[in-house]
Amino acid sequence: MANFEPTIIAFVCNWCTYTAADLAGTARLGYPANVRLIRVMCTGMVDPKYVIKALLEGADAVLVSGCHPGDCHYINGNFKARRRIKLLKEILSQFGFGDERLRLTWIGASDGIQFAETIHDMVAQVRTLGPNEAKAAMVI
Amino acid sequence: MKTAKINVKDGDLLTTLRDSFRSILQLEDISAILVPQHLTAKNVVMPTLVTDPEQLNGTDPLAPVFPLNAAKIVSRLTRKPMGAKVAVVLRPCEIRAFVELVKLKQGRIEEVVLVGIDCLGAFKNGDYIEIVGKKEEKFTSRFYKDALSGKNLTIEGFGLAPACKACENPIPNNADILIGLFGVDTDNHVLIQARTPKGEALYDRLDLFDTEEPPERSAAVESLVAERTVYRDKMFAETTEATNSLEKLNTYFAECVNCYNCRVACPVCYCKECVFVTDVFNHDPVQYLRWANRKGVIKMPTDTVFYHLTRIAHMSTSCVGCGQCTNACPNDIPVMELFRTVSYHTQKAFEYEAGRSIEEDLPLSVFREDELAEVVGIGKAA
Repeated sequence: MANFEPTIIAFVCNWCTYTAADLAGTARLGYPANVRLIRVMCTGMVDPKYVIKALLEGADAVLVSGCHPGDCHYINGNFKARRRIKLLKEILSQFGFGDERLRLTWIGASDGIQFAETIHDMVAQVRTLGPNEAKAAMVI
Repeated sequence: MKTAKINVKDGDLLTTLRDSFRSILQLEDISAILVPQHLTAKNVVMPTLVTDPEQLNGTDPLAPVFPLNAAKIVSRLTRKPMGAKVAVVLRPCEIRAFVELVKLKQGRIEEVVLVGIDCLGAFKNGDYIEIVGKKEEKFTSRFYKDALSGKNLTIEGFGLAPACKACENPIPNNADILIGLFGVDTDNHVLIQARTPKGEALYDRLDLFDTEEPPERSAAVESLVAERTVYRDKMFAETTEATNSLEKLNTYFAECVNCYNCRVACPVCYCKECVFVTDVFNHDPVQYLRWANRKGVIKMPTDTVFYHLTRIAHMSTSCVGCGQCTNACPNDIPVMELFRTVSYHTQKAFEYEAGRSIEEDLPLSVFREDELAEVVGIGKAA
């Protein structure tokens, strides 16, 4: 798998992580093009179905990223997201999707550098991990 | 907690239970009782809502079958105030499912008195019909005697349903009124116990003589639960081994035809309209072609594993392990085995147990600010 290029689907919240990604761009910080950003209004609206669907469709990893605790534009959406991610990690790990395939981070609006670093690190991790089984195989 | 003994006449438990239900129904504030009864046809046992004490003759709460999880029925009866009190005779898994439904705002506990009986287990629906559907009238009597004397319950090659063999909750601990059989000399008496203030208010009017719980009871229950737990853990290990990769999961659900019967039968899958039957999954015809083009082939109908994983995400923290999903599967997929295995982990993750208490919040309905630090971050950089 020498030329394995991972695909990472990232659900990022409008108010913090998306803004951080924007900042990384305007600051001309490079980060790998392996990530596909999906802007959502809040991590609290990331339905477990979105994550499951992404992984079953062959995404090598899913990142959910939003505001730091206490900073949520909707007061507590990120706390709800954290419980859901915990639930999903418990479920998915049963079926061979380990911790590295689903990540949750808090990246604030001014953390452009941290955003770029997170994507760098995550892509490197998933590259070592290898492709998601669902990429090549048929999922019934 | 008050406990009394009720005498059993001629070793006939069913008549004793019937008489007890009759005296409960005759209390002035109890308008009706929901209880499983034999219907005239084919020995079938179904929940019945009875208001006339003379209509209790077919009562058979010990029949080793429950064609549906009656928590759904109680939810229907209680979704709005009905201005009357109903006693409901349920299995422990039905009580636990109802507790979940109340917390999910799908039923109200105010107008019901939960009457729970120590559960002797049940056969799969199909197996039960196969064994007794057309013949033996007295099957239940034979069954409960065997079950209580610890005999092998395999009849004509059919054993108890796996859900029951793996059930570590045979005692209806959260009932208002408990009827105890395990560790009790059931040839002569059964226990009746008031476990809540609501239960006590009813108990006090039944003219019972207080007594102590027989000392053998806790040991009998303990050994039964230990035996069940061994079976359960073995089932968990085997199921995990059979599903720990996507390829194996494909194999596990290979026979699934997306009929969604498991969701219909599930007592805690309460959505009036499941997303999987809405237009969200009524894909554009050309979408199927696009998907097929990507890998050259897709299985039809699509979204099978997606459906099961989503259902796990939706209800696993409320799964009581009653096994009705397996009962409902037309192609005999061991659905319960997988759902219980995953649910065990998800419930443990939130220190929650489905149906244990009406006070505990549903894990996904609440949060704490300082928790779950371990799920945040991307771990060590590679």
